[in-house]
Amino acid sequence: MKVLAAIFIDPFVEMVQFPVFFAEVITGGIIVGLMYALVALGFVLIFKASGVFNFAQGVMVLFAALTLAGLMDNGVPIWLAFILTIGAMILLAFAIERMVLRPLINQPEIILFMATIGLTFFLQGFGEMIWGGNIRKLDIGIPQRPFEVGGMLLNQFDLVAASTAAILVLVLALLFTKTPIGRALRAVADDHQAALSVGISLKYIWVIVWSVAGIVALIAGIMWGSRSGVQFSLSLVALKALPVLILGGLTSMPGAIVGGLIIGVGEKLAEVYWGPLLGGGIEAWFAYVVAVIFLLFRPQGLFGERIIERV
Amino acid sequence: MTEISTAENTQPEARQLGGVLLKVDDISVSFGEVRALIGVSFDIREREILSIIGPNGAGKTTMLNLLNGVYSPDSGTIVFKGETRQRMRPHESASLGIARTFQNVALFRGMSTLDNIMTGRNLKMSHNIFTQGLYWGPARRQEIEQRAFVEQIIDFLEIEAIRRVPVGRLPYGLQKRVELGRALAAEPTLLLLDEPMAGMNTEEKEDMCRFIFDLNEEFGTTVALIEHDMGVVMDISDRVVVLDYGRKIADGSPDEVRASQAVIDAYLGVSHDET
Amino acid sequence: MFYREAGQFKTSYIQDQRLFSIVQDRWFIAAFTLFAFVVVPIFASDYWLQAILIPFLVYAVAAIGLNLLTGYCGQLSLGTGGFMAVGAYSSYKMTTAFPDLNIILIFLISGLFAAAVGIVFGLPSLRIKGFYLAVATLASQFFLIWLFNRVEWFYNYSPSGTIFAPPRTVFGVMVTGPASTPEVRYLVSLTFVAVLAVVAKNLVRGNLGRTWMAIRDMDVAAEVIGIRPLRTKLSAFAISSYFCGVSGSMLLFLWLGSVETIVFDINVSFLVLFMIIVGGLGSILGSLIGAAFITMLPIILTNIPGLLNIPLNVELAKHIELMIFGGIIILFLIVEPLGLARLWQIGKEKLRIWPFPH
Repeated sequence: MKVLAAIFIDPFVEMVQFPVFFAEVITGGIIVGLMYALVALGFVLIFKASGVFNFAQGVMVLFAALTLAGLMDNGVPIWLAFILTIGAMILLAFAIERMVLRPLINQPEIILFMATIGLTFFLQGFGEMIWGGNIRKLDIGIPQRPFEVGGMLLNQFDLVAASTAAILVLVLALLFTKTPIGRALRAVADDHQAALSVGISLKYIWVIVWSVAGIVALIAGIMWGSRSGVQFSLSLVALKALPVLILGGLTSMPGAIVGGLIIGVGEKLAEVYWGPLLGGGIEAWFAYVVAVIFLLFRPQGLFGERIIERV
Repeated sequence: MTEISTAENTQPEARQLGGVLLKVDDISVSFGEVRALIGVSFDIREREILSIIGPNGAGKTTMLNLLNGVYSPDSGTIVFKGETRQRMRPHESASLGIARTFQNVALFRGMSTLDNIMTGRNLKMSHNIFTQGLYWGPARRQEIEQRAFVEQIIDFLEIEAIRRVPVGRLPYGLQKRVELGRALAAEPTLLLLDEPMAGMNTEEKEDMCRFIFDLNEEFGTTVALIEHDMGVVMDISDRVVVLDYGRKIADGSPDEVRASQAVIDAYLGVSHDET
Repeated sequence: MFYREAGQFKTSYIQDQRLFSIVQDRWFIAAFTLFAFVVVPIFASDYWLQAILIPFLVYAVAAIGLNLLTGYCGQLSLGTGGFMAVGAYSSYKMTTAFPDLNIILIFLISGLFAAAVGIVFGLPSLRIKGFYLAVATLASQFFLIWLFNRVEWFYNYSPSGTIFAPPRTVFGVMVTGPASTPEVRYLVSLTFVAVLAVVAKNLVRGNLGRTWMAIRDMDVAAEVIGIRPLRTKLSAFAISSYFCGVSGSMLLFLWLGSVETIVFDINVSFLVLFMIIVGGLGSILGSLIGAAFITMLPIILTNIPGLLNIPLNVELAKHIELMIFGGIIILFLIVEPLGLARLWQIGKEKLRIWPFPH
């Protein structure tokens, strides 16, 4: 009886009794969720435009953040470091297209997926080789002062993160729907052969997509890095973006945001209110289990496209 | 295997057809806005060769998919061997003795010809993992038995030379033959063939026709086939069903259908009223 | 000239279905078995046994397991580490609760626990495929590791969370624990690998293997033939997890002697996946080759700088190792997606017609 009460009643009672704390937990969850979403956006971009499930997106976040932090630590002024890092991500996109995507052009998706797993390991070693494995601070001047709203303790940083995510989604959505490049990207995502036959250069498109994804990764990296420093564990956090993608649907950018919010808030609530029952640390697996359960009922995610197999 | 004799006459009156094996009754199915089949009814008698023809998009493959349980109808019933059903399920259709080939050759590309046809024997084999893990003894005996049976099919279809070749490497015409072999391996009562001659040259088509005739004569297998080659259809069918825009517009002997005005209109593209 | 099949006719299906149908192959296998069981334990150094051969054998079992699930049945799994952990912890609990029970038997039973867990976490595979399934298996990976960390009962309430393999004997010979010799542990591992590899091979060349491959290649067509997707996938999960569980037990008792959950974390899942990619998806031999390759790689990498007299600090070596791992995976996927096993096959075919080019 006591156990049932502890699961089904007490946490809700606690939420109601301490509404301010509850609101803080939720906002905390929203912020974390937005950060997951930033990583997930990169995934969606690449998947939408090249059909590749880029497992290395997390490591790209790490790599971008490392490069930026490393340059800044070596005395390079922020604006220059920023430009150089973007340049580095574009170079990376070229390299990936040339050495991984082009040779695997007609292979089944699962092969490409495994190639991105290999890419993950490679980039990790590469990034650490250049910049070392130690944690670096990343401070590009994002305001981090706490302030109060209605009794809740918030941070200016949270606002910056939220607005960044919103702007990014807007910009990307506009890119995809309103520009000729966006149209080409969508064409490539639908059918490589057909896109080629109307004169769209796959190479060119892929470099663009992976560069943009790289820039998105940089932005995500800046957010994460400013908050908790830049280190290897960042790429593990990025693994969390996977359940986000599942909830939102692999092909939907708004889905990435919504999925991120659900996972972020859900995780925090579970950890704070039900975690103590199970000894804590639920955050390690909660998001994944939620994703699995969700998949059972709606395999394409909230906003994804239904896959219909023709026989 | 007994000597194969080619059928000497294909006059419907002279052929020994049985009772009704399969009956679809007022079947309708839609995919979203698209009405793929609208109130279609027909039947197939035992040992009959029935052709289903019609312009592209008429709903022919959809009908076969319904009979296999890949799709389920929105309304109507399927009566097979006397049992009425609202829908078929894939493994149910298999255990009832319905086998088929697909328009796009649904072979298992990672396996050889022999293995592909052996999968057709799946329902006749036991699934005991312990004996299989051991192999020596019951599993091996079973494997050899089934191999012997499958080799008969390989002989029948004249594909001995490509037994061990991974099917992905075979030319299209041979792939279709292997797929027929896989369907035959299940010893089906009803064989559904989706454009079995598509993409074949004249010789290959003749071979395929011969196989279809032979398996109908030898094993008494009922055959329903979708086909676009009118020559083939007229030559080998006992009866022809014509679909157009999801409706049945003709049903009768090849000669009757050939003369039907509705069929001629459908193929020549005279505009219809949407009734 | 030497590797000729000419004159070797198979006059029955039994002969055709043999595992090693060419006489030269049979001699080779016999010689190899003799070498592995007799020559190696006598002449190999403790370092070779402990640091190279035993780890290879342990991972070989896991690689075979994962290959059955991912290579033959097409269900991508990133949960290998978790299933190995189930094997290790269940055999630990069993042997500490029943110290007189034969340890070999315990290994075999621990596999059953892993198989049961595998079935549970394999249930989503009915509705979920491809990358989605991979993410779902991550759920099992993270959950299981959390479970073995959190629930103290699993490590007998030890304050450090580490579990130690207690000493056990088989027919009077010390097989596990600090007093056991590398030679004995090597031979036990080798026996497990030999038996399990044969069992796996038998499964994949029979009906079960064909149904797995059918589901992998085209599951709609498979269903229409009468293959039941859920049952087939679950059987793959169960048997694969069984192998991984036994591998985990071997890891604890025959190799490391003690483990913490970190030994079974997600990196192991990736490692074993790399083994089957490099070795060859859908090939038992490939699993073995891949396990050998990936086990040897770090050793080669750490030793090359020494041989070439290039000083390389440990940190840098680790980073380069990661890069080379990743690079090799990509290279193999580009050059030979069917892995080393395919290269081996091509080599054999060339050998058959040697010294002629065609």
